[in-house]
Amino acid sequence: MRLSRRSLLGSAAGLGAAAALTVPARAQQPAIKVGVLTDMSGPYQDLAGPGSIAATQLVASEFMAANPGARVEIVSADHQNKADIAAGTARQWFDRDGVDVIIDLSNSAVALAVSGIGREKNKAVIATGAATSDISGRACNANTVHWVYDTYMLAKSTGGAMVKAGGDSWFFLTADYAFGHALERDVSDFVRNAGGRIVGSVKTPFPGTTDFSSFLIQAQASRAKVLGLANAGTDTINCIKQAKEFGVSNSMKVAGLLVFLSDVHALGLDVCQGLILSESFYWDQNDRTRAFSSRYSPRMQGKRPSMVQAGNYACVLHYLKAAKEMGYAQAKADGAATIAMMKKLPADDDCFGAGIIREDGRKIHPSYLYEVKKPSESKGAYDYYKTLASTPAEEAFRPLSAGVCSLVKT
Amino acid sequence: MMMILGIPAPLLFGQLLLGVVNGAFYALMSLGLAIIFGMLNIVNFAHGALFMLGAFTAWGLLNYAGIGYWWALLLAPLIVGAFGVLLERLFISKLYKLDHLYGLLLTFGLALILEGLVRNYYGSSGLPYRIPSQLQGAQNLGFMIMPNYRGWVVLAAIVMCVITWLVIEKTSIGAKLRAATENAPLVQSFGINVPLMITLTYGAGVALAAFAGVLAAPIYSVNPNMGANFIIVVFAVVVIGGMGSILGSIVTGFGLGIVEGLTRVFYPEGSATVIFVVMVIVLLARPAGLFGRAH
Repeated sequence: MRLSRRSLLGSAAGLGAAAALTVPARAQQPAIKVGVLTDMSGPYQDLAGPGSIAATQLVASEFMAANPGARVEIVSADHQNKADIAAGTARQWFDRDGVDVIIDLSNSAVALAVSGIGREKNKAVIATGAATSDISGRACNANTVHWVYDTYMLAKSTGGAMVKAGGDSWFFLTADYAFGHALERDVSDFVRNAGGRIVGSVKTPFPGTTDFSSFLIQAQASRAKVLGLANAGTDTINCIKQAKEFGVSNSMKVAGLLVFLSDVHALGLDVCQGLILSESFYWDQNDRTRAFSSRYSPRMQGKRPSMVQAGNYACVLHYLKAAKEMGYAQAKADGAATIAMMKKLPADDDCFGAGIIREDGRKIHPSYLYEVKKPSESKGAYDYYKTLASTPAEEAFRPLSAGVCSLVKT
Repeated sequence: MMMILGIPAPLLFGQLLLGVVNGAFYALMSLGLAIIFGMLNIVNFAHGALFMLGAFTAWGLLNYAGIGYWWALLLAPLIVGAFGVLLERLFISKLYKLDHLYGLLLTFGLALILEGLVRNYYGSSGLPYRIPSQLQGAQNLGFMIMPNYRGWVVLAAIVMCVITWLVIEKTSIGAKLRAATENAPLVQSFGINVPLMITLTYGAGVALAAFAGVLAAPIYSVNPNMGANFIIVVFAVVVIGGMGSILGSIVTGFGLGIVEGLTRVFYPEGSATVIFVVMVIVLLARPAGLFGRAH
């Protein structure tokens, strides 16, 4: 098994906390073992990674404090953004280490691979960091839940809302691989349906492009009103930085189609101001999200949680509630039954509020359209977003009828 | 609007200019590589990581010591250069008598370790570094908006390239250095401390990478992988220019920047590949590179 030193330390700390908080007076319940399979060393380390483990430790200690007798253990590993490595770790966790549920999976290829293994071994899998809407679409199964966001939600929220706000002509900078193409396609559909048009797009080589200025100049020459960035991570960061430098963000509205709080933090507000983006969680959204963040931050040197990290807190909480409802031993024995119980119980947590998990495994909750604040509007670190619009839970995600999930009986 | 090959002329001029800007980075990076290869016969795969260290040093100077961009432009190359001297003394100097491959493996390993360490402490999404206030803003050239900072990068790179070329070709230190690469024992017998000279040369090559890193910090995100993305292209530039040729790496650096810029207009998907296509053609036609001397 590949474990980084930090993830080993992290899991050791989690186990320590678990042991300390277990109340010995009650009858010993079998321990629920949660595996956090995340990116500890690659491009998604800041939006998931150590923060995902911290959020899981937080929910475990809170749940054990509220439910004396319950035991939760946490293990973690680095998926290295490689599906084969993730699959190897997942098999070992399920077969040998007694892991009951694997969460995070902050990479679409990794999530799809682990979802299949969860089905095969009848364990539970909850993807919080993965983008592809196939997890609750053609690749759906009875052992998997997709929490937080997906490409459909991002496309609908950002694409639809920008057209409504007058951004009716689009130019895309698209990372030249499956994820970028899918995102561009989904957003284009929403733009056209809302009455907008696509003026053009450039496919930028991936990986290996660091200078986007040539592509940005082409976008500017198209005279489109909106620049859609169908890429992620450092590509998006470089695009936004250079769009500002070349004055592109003065003449076009820049729409980041997949931008996380950690990306905005990395760029700084003077570069990011005015950027439009969609998320399903922002730490400063309401009293409950603020309360969650103030419990999370001390564990992460004051950093605020991203929506993926919040998703790990929320999904583990809901999983543990379902396991408690059906009995921990039963939950350990049958992953599909636990997922079925999660679908039956209404979800409610500090991060996403009330919501449900649909029969295709999609967790639904509202999505929000944000604009990044100007430096003068921000009160300090992590005070970054203002809410432009919200989409209610029922409309935020792909309708059940439009998906191709085999679990949905029509 | 005037059209050239179906592309509006202003767009084409803009891309040519941007090609020169990117070429400036290629030239500066490949210059350091060429010096190290020419004088030490080491294929320095750690060059990208040292470029990244230059950017991080600039960031660190600003955030921990309050030292701004202009001093960082001087201090970061000195600090990282000193670190390079340490690397050379501790590790690389042990490999001069061995095959090229060992140097390549050692420096590649060093690059992975350096990048891993920085990633562990600073994460992967990068750190913000502002353009210095004197160089903010942009000039409207009519056919495109040219940020002042990009203009400064081209100027600084050209000045640095010319200085380096002059030192190696026109000064007595340069002459001794060139002599030492041809025949080290003979030069040593004249009482010249060749090992010291080699060490300082490695330090100077590394300092050039760090200088490029500081120049890059305000443009690209200061992140642990920024050098890894660059290094492969820069190696292609050095190979095309002729391994170890100073003039070759400068001319090729700017030239390939322009070729890449034009590809981005006509066939964007191919812009990451075009340099390697050029490399294949050049190697087939002139195995020693455009400016290299066949041995």
